[in-house]
Amino acid sequence: MSTVLTSRGRKWFEALSGSNGKQAEGPGSLLIAEATLGQEKVAYIALAPDPNSRFPRARVAEVGVEEGWYGTKAIQSVIEADKNGTKRPIITVVDSKNQAYGRREELVGIHLAAAAIIAAYAEARMAGHPVIALIVGRAVSGSFLALAGQANHMIAFDDPEVLIHAMYKDAAARITRRTVAELDKLSEKIVPMAYDIKSFNKLGGLYKLIDVASPDEPSNETTEQVKSVLIEAIADARRTPCDLYKRLESEGAKNYRQASIEVRKKMTEQWAAL
Amino acid sequence: MTPATELSPEVLRMSERRSYIELNARARAAQLLDPGTFHELLGPFDRVESPWLPLQGIVPQFDDGCVVAKGTIDGKPAVVIAMEGKFQGGSIGEVCGMKLAMAFALARRDNEKGIPTRAVLSLESGGVRLQEANIGELVIAEIYAELVALRQHIPVIVVIAGMTGCFGGMSLAAGLSSYVIMTRQARLSMNGPEVIEQEAGIEEIDSKDKPFIWGICGGAQRFATGAADVLVEDDAEEITQAVKELFRKGQPARLRSASYEQYIQRLSALDTSKQWTGEDIRNAWKGGAK
Repeated sequence: MSTVLTSRGRKWFEALSGSNGKQAEGPGSLLIAEATLGQEKVAYIALAPDPNSRFPRARVAEVGVEEGWYGTKAIQSVIEADKNGTKRPIITVVDSKNQAYGRREELVGIHLAAAAIIAAYAEARMAGHPVIALIVGRAVSGSFLALAGQANHMIAFDDPEVLIHAMYKDAAARITRRTVAELDKLSEKIVPMAYDIKSFNKLGGLYKLIDVASPDEPSNETTEQVKSVLIEAIADARRTPCDLYKRLESEGAKNYRQASIEVRKKMTEQWAAL
Repeated sequence: MTPATELSPEVLRMSERRSYIELNARARAAQLLDPGTFHELLGPFDRVESPWLPLQGIVPQFDDGCVVAKGTIDGKPAVVIAMEGKFQGGSIGEVCGMKLAMAFALARRDNEKGIPTRAVLSLESGGVRLQEANIGELVIAEIYAELVALRQHIPVIVVIAGMTGCFGGMSLAAGLSSYVIMTRQARLSMNGPEVIEQEAGIEEIDSKDKPFIWGICGGAQRFATGAADVLVEDDAEEITQAVKELFRKGQPARLRSASYEQYIQRLSALDTSKQWTGEDIRNAWKGGAK
């Protein structure tokens, strides 16, 4: 669960799409390709480190302003192109440190760039594109929300390097005025605070947690394994409602999101009674 | 007998003004709705509180820091959601976040049934509640999903007032909204200044330099650079009127979050080799901020 530069996002993007994802315009961190998966064309998207980014605070696969706006453009053009035809699946390979933390970013409104890509994913989902997030590495805070949160289905590798969280442990400890040891202790009894992917999976948000041999180095075999899970997830996304309620209706949610379920039930009743 | 002091019209107006910032979340929701139409949903008597805070020795609150009220605005059906900045910094936990998502969801369903229900979100929020971390993240994603679904039917208006500001996950909700109303005191920013200073160093952002911070993300700067639609005084009546006027205007010509061509063009024109000030961006984006 390190915060160091990894290249999992790029490697899995390349293995799945058979392309380096380079674009004529936009940041070097944004990889986009169209490829065949099973019987159909799909769009792949990923972020990867770009040491030459013109935004110095967005060089290790953060969601920055360019990533947000150019990513939005890419997704919106898929929606536009498929307006009257088959809705192509959009698969995002997620391994992104977090959102970019910088003065430049705030001045030009990184909250808008992040909102824009979230809206694009949500609109794609609502339009009937199967939106799949394949989490192979880090999806923390803004990178979880921007790249994975709106997916019909989130799939994660069952691996210690995979991290889905609101905030890295050292920062979370500092802000909540706890030591890392105290945080670890709390995580044992408070599942939503835990840092391991198995605990995250208990909350019912994931479609599937998959065990992949040597996740740092995709092989032909593991690539085929992952592709078959993606095909299955796409088919499921097409036959189930295009909202996010399956997360709340999951077995995990019944155990760990009882309060969410209660709010949903009571508010619906009270609203109808008014 | 002391002669009556001559007060300037400005001072008189200020003395008559009722502060919105000083109102708590419940009073804010009541303020934004037409008088006498406030009906709270899942109010404090329903006692649905955070199941996670007591496990950590933190006293929960019966409304979890979020007030949802149905009523009318300008005579039209409406729901107002107000986050209480004084409870856990307006942070988004499971219960309050789900209340917010459900308020949008129920308004959307009414819109789909032909009842054009309006939605206003009054924000003071530091972002996700770290004590409920990953459920908070999931709930925030669900809020966004419902916000994007609702705004296709009817404008969703975000009001940001108060000193807490609007950060993290809720800054993105503001980014997704149809319209943003801000006071000068308010801030709107994805990452709080302390976090940026911690991550990137004091030369990136000096979080103690208040004028500098407000120059980046304060209401006046956000309005001048097109990230907010209306800049208001801290006046409850003025804010209420601004909400009504935006609903009368209807859907925006283009949602901010759909303006990728414009923002890509703006970003391309900037020299990123140096640091900028708020003034640099105001000048660069002058005319055509919206």
